[in-house]
Amino acid sequence: MSKHTLSILVENKHGVLARVAALISRRGFNIDSLAVGPTEHPEVSRMTIAVSVDEQPLEQITKQLNKLVNVIKIVELEPSQTVQRELLLVKVKADTLTRGQVLETVQLFRAKVVDVAPDAITIEATGNPDKLEAMLRVLEPFGVRELVQSGMVAIGRGGRSISDRTLRPVPVPPPHVATGSPALQAKPVDRTADRPHHPVPAPPPGHRAAPTSTAQTASSQA
Amino acid sequence: MSEQLTGAQALIRALEHAGVDTVFGIPGGAILPAYDPMLDSTQIRHILVRHEQGAGHAAQGYASATGKVGVCMATSGPGATNLVTPIADAYMDSVPLVAITGQVASAAIGTDAFQEADIRGITMPITKHNFLVNDPNEIASTIAEAFHIASTGRPGPVLVDVTKDAMQAKVDFHWPTELSLPGYRPVTRPHPKQVREAARLIAAAEKPVLYVGGGVIRAKAHAELKELAELLGLPVVTTLMARGALPDTHELHFGMPGMHGSVSAVGALQRSDLLICLGARFDDRVTGKLESFAPEAKVIHADIDPAEIGKNRAADVPIVGDCKEVIGDLIGALKTEIAATGRTPDYGTWRHQLEAVRAKYPVGYDEPEDGSLSPQYVIERIGKIAGPDAIYTSGVGQHQMWAAHFLPFEKPMHWLNSGGLGTMGYAVPAAMGAKVAVPDKTVWAIDGDGCFQMTNQELVTCALEGIPIKVAVINNQSLGMVRQWQTLFYDKRYSNTDLHSARIPDFAKLAEAMGGVGLRCSDRDSVDATIEKAMAVTDAPVVVDFVVHRDAMVWPMVAAGTSNDDIRIARDMAPTWDTEEL
Repeated sequence: MSKHTLSILVENKHGVLARVAALISRRGFNIDSLAVGPTEHPEVSRMTIAVSVDEQPLEQITKQLNKLVNVIKIVELEPSQTVQRELLLVKVKADTLTRGQVLETVQLFRAKVVDVAPDAITIEATGNPDKLEAMLRVLEPFGVRELVQSGMVAIGRGGRSISDRTLRPVPVPPPHVATGSPALQAKPVDRTADRPHHPVPAPPPGHRAAPTSTAQTASSQA
Repeated sequence: MSEQLTGAQALIRALEHAGVDTVFGIPGGAILPAYDPMLDSTQIRHILVRHEQGAGHAAQGYASATGKVGVCMATSGPGATNLVTPIADAYMDSVPLVAITGQVASAAIGTDAFQEADIRGITMPITKHNFLVNDPNEIASTIAEAFHIASTGRPGPVLVDVTKDAMQAKVDFHWPTELSLPGYRPVTRPHPKQVREAARLIAAAEKPVLYVGGGVIRAKAHAELKELAELLGLPVVTTLMARGALPDTHELHFGMPGMHGSVSAVGALQRSDLLICLGARFDDRVTGKLESFAPEAKVIHADIDPAEIGKNRAADVPIVGDCKEVIGDLIGALKTEIAATGRTPDYGTWRHQLEAVRAKYPVGYDEPEDGSLSPQYVIERIGKIAGPDAIYTSGVGQHQMWAAHFLPFEKPMHWLNSGGLGTMGYAVPAAMGAKVAVPDKTVWAIDGDGCFQMTNQELVTCALEGIPIKVAVINNQSLGMVRQWQTLFYDKRYSNTDLHSARIPDFAKLAEAMGGVGLRCSDRDSVDATIEKAMAVTDAPVVVDFVVHRDAMVWPMVAAGTSNDDIRIARDMAPTWDTEEL
């Protein structure tokens, strides 16, 4: 089993999230993380779904998702060629004795304090999942009182967009006849999802592609 | 060009634009607005059924017999949920179907209103797509989209749920010229490179088999299939859904594969070195234990649905496309390949082996020792007398398997049954739908006594609407297929499979009560005369209660979960593979 990140462009219509989530569950897969939101096109939403599956079942689930009429396009994002971010809000115990150390951790991870109380502070942090995990490990000894995390969102590096070609109008004749002639149908879009969407240029010098799990590395590239 | 209509009028107008001539349904509160303009439509014949499940299966029968989209209509809540089984059935067997349901007023949605059910949510996993329409301006475009989705690509059911207030509002009617379906672009043209690769594999194979599924029927690719098979003398097997894709009497036809397939068909797949799978999906009822299915074979898998390819069995050459185009292109590519290599492949040795198996293990049956009527004989005689021009429907169970073996399948779209979902009760309403669609043909429902008792209420519809179908109840007084499994695998402990239907109900009287003709037959000598009598009735539905031996079994059989190599031609009798040198 390996982790995969799918970026799914869907029509912004009601019930789409239910269709996608239900299909994944019906075919026997678990979603590790899911985020959905609007895109640069008001009629298109984008879902980022992280799943842990083998290659072969991933191909099957991708094909099944592609059959959903509201799904416009699916792209698998390679972690090394992708920027991945999650948002985390965590309420950590902090009294006058420990507050300084907690704030130090906040700085180390380039996180932010968004609320303070006499016995606790609330921290906002963004980053890739590894960084956030690392930060939580450091904060845990102080006492985590409440934790909330967004699903991961991800975008491919480089200049191209996965939604470039997806919205061109489809001239489909109305079905005056009950069986449509295949010749009248539009050309299929490229829906291969088993390959990264586009070649990704080499990371800029000094850029560290894959973070390791230590706090130092994570904070240094945040 | 537009005019002010009510949403309900727009709905009926849209159905007319979509080419609908028949709707099967039952009105009710939420769908009531739509039924008012229905009364004025001169194009649409509405057939008032007695149960919504009957409407759904009738629409399936209509669609499967013609290739057109079948349409059924029901009200919200229970009306809609009664359509769930036929919708699921249509999804499994890729039947183009549009189901229209009324929904409670949009303000009442989510309040557990009277007769409210979230039918869109309920049918999400069993429809190709579904819609909830609460904007009257979207009614016409949604109907256009629904028919387009149902009938193109891999056909399937589409449900359109329309709220009552949307049907009551006033709208400008526009029939769309362009559909907004950015995520729906089915691939029908096969990739030329894949087709060439397939042709190379076929030319290089020694023991190829055309493994033909229902996709060939849906694509109306039977003529192309025959040409392809005859071009190189390729052996053909047709699955339960594909019976009639190639005539049974064709010398290249080696029968139906699967759990109750013929030895020659199962053997052909098992010993093949190349499966050319056309519009079939490696269903567990065909493959048996997947790991030991056709172990030596490479696979060319052509299907219009990319998700079917590689789902159960990895494909060496995947081809996404409509079967008609795939086979047509394949014929061209094979001719090119032959011309280029100067060598025509010869599968004569392989074919002779299969012919020997076919001759040695024909699908047959033993007459019951106690002199009672043999169910297989009854079905065989119906097939002989009604002939290959009749349309046959069946329920699910033993009678279905016997029908699949002993009826004369010479033409596509003449065999309608519930293959994927296995819905008992399919036969009578499907026969009704088929007869409405093709009134000139004789339509026989081969049904079981268990199945018949699930949906026979539609005989009333048939009697009142002038739909003279013929029903053969193969009455073995039990849920025969389950009983067979109890005999074989549960030590003859017959838990709840005895229906006592030799005594109750009296099927002939039941038919009479419902406005049909009821006949009964329990001895071999009067079978032909009874069938002739049924054939002579042309103005009313006929039910023939054939009281048959209760312990007749379906053979051959591959027990569930075992390998196809373990096929039995009778209890404790296996074919002798070794001597056949297959």
